[in-house]
Amino acid sequence: MLKQISESEIEQIKKNSKKLRKNVLMMIHNAKSGHPGGSLSCIDILNVLFTQCMKYYPECEKNPDYKSRDRFILSKGHASAALYAVMALSGFIKEEELMTFRLLGSKLQGHPSNTRLKGIEVSTGSLGQGLSIACGMALGLRLDNINSKVFVYMGDGEIEEGSVWEAAMNASHNKLNNLIAFVDNNNLQIDGDIEKVKGVGSIKAKFDAFGWNTKEIDGHNITEIYNAIEEGKNSDKPFVIIAHTIKGKGVSFMENNAGWHGKAPNDEQLQEALKELE
Amino acid sequence: MQRECKSVRTAYGNTLVELGKKNKDIVVLDADLSCSTQTQLFAKEFPNRFFNAGIAEQDLMTTAAGLACTGKIPFVSTFSMFATGRAWEQIRNTICYSNLNVKIAATHGGITVGEDGASHQALEDISLMRSIPNMIVIVPADATETKQAVEFAAEHNGPVFIRIARTNLPDIFNDNDYKFNINKAITIKEGTDISIITNGETLVEAIDCAKMLEEKGINAEIINVPTVKPIDSETIINTAKKTKNVVTVENHSIIGGLGSSVCEILSENYPAKVTRIGINDKFGQSGKAKELMDYYGLSAKKLYERILGILK
Repeated sequence: MLKQISESEIEQIKKNSKKLRKNVLMMIHNAKSGHPGGSLSCIDILNVLFTQCMKYYPECEKNPDYKSRDRFILSKGHASAALYAVMALSGFIKEEELMTFRLLGSKLQGHPSNTRLKGIEVSTGSLGQGLSIACGMALGLRLDNINSKVFVYMGDGEIEEGSVWEAAMNASHNKLNNLIAFVDNNNLQIDGDIEKVKGVGSIKAKFDAFGWNTKEIDGHNITEIYNAIEEGKNSDKPFVIIAHTIKGKGVSFMENNAGWHGKAPNDEQLQEALKELE
Repeated sequence: MQRECKSVRTAYGNTLVELGKKNKDIVVLDADLSCSTQTQLFAKEFPNRFFNAGIAEQDLMTTAAGLACTGKIPFVSTFSMFATGRAWEQIRNTICYSNLNVKIAATHGGITVGEDGASHQALEDISLMRSIPNMIVIVPADATETKQAVEFAAEHNGPVFIRIARTNLPDIFNDNDYKFNINKAITIKEGTDISIITNGETLVEAIDCAKMLEEKGINAEIINVPTVKPIDSETIINTAKKTKNVVTVENHSIIGGLGSSVCEILSENYPAKVTRIGINDKFGQSGKAKELMDYYGLSAKKLYERILGILK
């Protein structure tokens, strides 16, 4: 029986999620650019992953156990604001640094850069590359007998990239059971409904066919998120969590609206959004 | 001129095996071409450290990136067309932007791919690789230079591209007295009348061409530039100052490769007349490697005729 997450832990996570969402919106507002929709859809998962499930060391190389950390790759790098907010919560970044997001000279680049910011494993931003990187990491860790997990977070539009499926084949061929992928299934991409732009069909059936273990969850339900990740850690195959999420989650006027994929809120919109997140 | 030729690709494979024995972090990846690239030699010796990505070059390149993230030193091989073409953006955005310790040793660059024809003849690979920040670009001219370039790549921390010649080549260098230096071009032969700047498979042609020129009383200087990036500007400027007449010769498009690099350096530092000899903004075609070298003006004889024309 897996460890269960307690009611009090869930309350704390939900409280943190609200704060993270506020930070994401303030960062994007301050930069006058960024991607609120896809950042808000992945907040709850990143929050649970970083605060409950992942082994990491914010001091990086200075920690003797650094090599045995779990790895995280934000393959949908445009959700960087969400990652930075979570990294601030987890001690990688000072909270006040968040407001340098996307500004000239910042460690917090528009899309994550490993050479700028410690704790970012690899630079991402160009879609469709994270899953292969994760496969390489999983292979490398296995060669060294390091019992860590590799987590990779993709968007649902992102899996239109053919390279994702090259990597999906790679993971099952090499039996990478130390690899856990997420698909942020918010059903929207820049040009609109995924099914209208380029229907991806059943994501679950596709990964099943590629030889993965699959799990579908409500990507905003803390218990389901936690249980799925813990299940994935004990999987005998590469494991994908298909998370049904809401783009723009938490801000009524952003929810399920592709128009908020890559647009910053103005002053009034920010205030309205922050009020909703009280 | 007939000489004994050696397989440069076998030299590459053997060097990988030697490096693999010394360093357990060396890993090798290929995309279903391990018998052509000779990474099979490493695969036989170290099956656990060899990964075949299948016919999936994008996955090949980014998997290597992931391995580098865990401290491995991946050597990635496939034909240069697919390494630098199909997976260019993986190389640019994941490997080089992240400054990862990935070594791309691509075979089958240039017109000498031969019978497979234009679809497989990478004539733009040097151009594609040298325009990416953090990337080092090496084009060795024989088995020894290949071996030493691969050894350098294993020692250097960061991305490296090495173009491994497909054709068998005669020994130009001797492993005992040659020392590859990433910052140095090599004066193969001193001369005063014209500078021939070249590398890779065309170096031997340039050497033979210079001998033919000598019979006509023309004294050519030959500069071998194994490292196209970072390039040894000083040696290039000095030879231009000396002969005031520069020819570049490369098994590559005249756009973006060695010829372009030389023009960039000279136009900014010591403007001199440069004639770029290479594939003249064309696709290749099927034929034997030697026939193609001749057809596209890269054989010693064709170089000789072209240079006589330039000096007229």
